[in-house]
Amino acid sequence: MGIPLTWYLTLSAVLFSIGVMGVLFRSNLIVILMSIELMLNAVNITLIAFAQFMGDVSGQILVFFVISVAAAEAAIGLAIVIAIFRNKLTVDVNNIKLFRH
Amino acid sequence: MFAEIFFIASSLIAVIASLAMLVSRSPVQSALWLILVMLCVAGLYVTLSAEFIAVVQVLVYAGAIMVLFLFVIMLLNLGAVPVADRIDVKKGVGFVLFTVILGQLVYVTSTTSESLSSAVIDHPESGTAIKIAEELFTRYVLPFEIIGILLLVATVGAVILAKRTFE
Repeated sequence: MGIPLTWYLTLSAVLFSIGVMGVLFRSNLIVILMSIELMLNAVNITLIAFAQFMGDVSGQILVFFVISVAAAEAAIGLAIVIAIFRNKLTVDVNNIKLFRH
Repeated sequence: MFAEIFFIASSLIAVIASLAMLVSRSPVQSALWLILVMLCVAGLYVTLSAEFIAVVQVLVYAGAIMVLFLFVIMLLNLGAVPVADRIDVKKGVGFVLFTVILGQLVYVTSTTSESLSSAVIDHPESGTAIKIAEELFTRYVLPFEIIGILLLVATVGAVILAKRTFE
């Protein structure tokens, strides 16, 4: 009984890397935001695994706060997406060139 | 034995679903795959006996956040991307970065596996809502209040950002 800690860490590393790949590969703003959520989830797995490994509740409370901040971030990010879409009529990051000359 | 099988099944489904999220053309499909990932991660929290966080994961992530994503996708009426994105220098750099990050993380995990104990020590008590609430409302009560203010600011900011028209 008992799953090794390294399994959780490896799974978390794989999910985090897939999230990084999503941010770098996709050009749809909403899919990029979803990839960020995936990366936050991967970090949460690590935090919970270490918290249970060390018998400390603080890690779980940190995950609780991460979930709260992720909710706030999703709300603000999606509001920005809506504002950009009303202005540019696109959510493709290749067509959004506010700072490019 | 059952826990190991459950872990392997959940993590396989999570990895496959996140890859499917990455390659699916339609944003709605991506969001639905991500909900599957969230549910699998909640299952992993149950194997770590963190039941409260598992319930919060399903309620907040798979419930609230992903519904918000789906709502915005359908509000903006985003269709599927007609053609696959072409391969360019940016994607090459991205793939190199992906390989480096994954290799680094797996290397660190594998080299430190001897110093870590071979199995996760189970503390079935520490995942319950009682234990978390005791810490949250004594030691971490100030961050808890700050999170409340942050959520209020985010709500007001989201409304203002979505209402405002930029010229």
